[in-house]
Amino acid sequence: MAYSEKVLDHYENPRNVGAFGKEDEGVGTGMVGAPACGDVMKLQIKVGKDGVIEDAKFKTYGCGSAIASSSLVTEWVKGKTVEQALEIKNTQIAEELALPPVKIHCSILAEDAIKAAVADYKKKQG
Amino acid sequence: MLKFPIYLDYSATTPVDPRVAQAMIPWLTEHFGNPASRSHAYGWEAEKAVEDAREQVARLVNADAKEIVWTSGATESNNLAIKGAAQFYKGKGKHIITLKTEHKAVLDTFRELERQGFEATYLDVQENGLVDLSALKDAIRPDTILVSVMFVNNEIGVVQPIAQIGEICREKGIVFHVDAAQATGKVEIDLQTLKVDLMSFSAHKTYGPKGIGALYVRRKPRARLEAQMHGGGHERGLRSGTLATHQIVGMGEAFRIAREEMKTENERVGALRDRLMKGLQDIDATYINGDVEHRVPHNLNISFAYVEGESLIMAIKDVAVSSGSACTSASLEPSYVLRALGRNDELAHSSIRFTIGRFTTEEEVDYTIDLLHKKIGKLRELSPLWEMVQDGVDLDSVQWAAH
Repeated sequence: MAYSEKVLDHYENPRNVGAFGKEDEGVGTGMVGAPACGDVMKLQIKVGKDGVIEDAKFKTYGCGSAIASSSLVTEWVKGKTVEQALEIKNTQIAEELALPPVKIHCSILAEDAIKAAVADYKKKQG
Repeated sequence: MLKFPIYLDYSATTPVDPRVAQAMIPWLTEHFGNPASRSHAYGWEAEKAVEDAREQVARLVNADAKEIVWTSGATESNNLAIKGAAQFYKGKGKHIITLKTEHKAVLDTFRELERQGFEATYLDVQENGLVDLSALKDAIRPDTILVSVMFVNNEIGVVQPIAQIGEICREKGIVFHVDAAQATGKVEIDLQTLKVDLMSFSAHKTYGPKGIGALYVRRKPRARLEAQMHGGGHERGLRSGTLATHQIVGMGEAFRIAREEMKTENERVGALRDRLMKGLQDIDATYINGDVEHRVPHNLNISFAYVEGESLIMAIKDVAVSSGSACTSASLEPSYVLRALGRNDELAHSSIRFTIGRFTTEEEVDYTIDLLHKKIGKLRELSPLWEMVQDGVDLDSVQWAAH
């Protein structure tokens, strides 16, 4: 599989790898995908009192595109409000990373991970 | 001095042995005659070269040279054997049997025969990848005309019990075809004792050139086939088309070398494979796929749990290997061979096939072991599955959202 420079860069130097405590205040955790399908993404956001995402972490089991897509969204969500983060579309991710057609599902998964993390955050806020 | 990427994918293809390449060259330039030309010396010398090579191929498998038919490779041999026998014997019955773990060249040929009205049984294999002989016996019907089982599996390297299957088929009068593309030079093949009627060979898996193969067609008792390629009546009408003298000479030389050097080579390669296996089994949560005893000496198929195969292949790009991961296949499905062993999909996605060969060195193996240790560690740091397992979560208890 011939990947773009950007995918290779995120794959070689993934940004924001790690985890926050799931129960910590202001943390939203989204886990999407399935091992049987070959990719699982865990995205966590840490939201400040002002509703702005201060920090994000990820861990991904999957191919190079899946790792790059999740690494990229941790960079993109930082500094955005949760509502702005929800506006990130898979097409933007796919375009930024120049994903080949067979890897578009990786960008869809990354978009789903943002939605899941935000939903978890909102649920915890009540 | 290591040369990168280190080639550990000898079951995909092998380099042409320099001795083979040397033997081929004169047959492209000076001795270019058509082996079918009966009217001049150019033709006669080409015909002699073809017949000498046929003898070499026959000797590796202890057959008669008259039983060897040249083809373009194992895929064509499989097509000719399976379609040719099924169509010839269709008056006797319409049932054919193979394994779920066969190569696509056999499985897709079976699918085509189903489309033509034949009925096919695809047998499950045991967890170790080997055929269950009692299941095979149970699957045989009065109208079964053909059984096709590969000698050596291309992904997991297991060696099927060809002698026993041959006994079962011969007793019932069923034609037995064996795809031996991965077996030549790796296991002893004695067609004087094996009750095999048809056997497919490839040159490029055994240090010969691509684009040439052969089909063994037994004479006593005679196996009959309907030709699939029509034309000038070459190869006793079984496979028309001008013979590719240089390719045939290459295959003959490759099979001669395989016969003469097989014993020492398998010892050396087997020792390297065992060294690799031992070095990689030190890594946590690794699983060998396929039987370790009934296995060719050069194959190691291993799953590194919680790490996805394609990302691992990217991480170890200094080493050329293949994976059972969906992401490395055009179909986005994980390896059907590993799934047939009952491996869960996650382990199928996490599998890597290492195949060692004639030009692999101990230094290359040691480099690979070291690289895998480093990269598996890095990818597991990145893996949410590994994190969950370290936290004591049972992954099977998680409700995953399949996509």
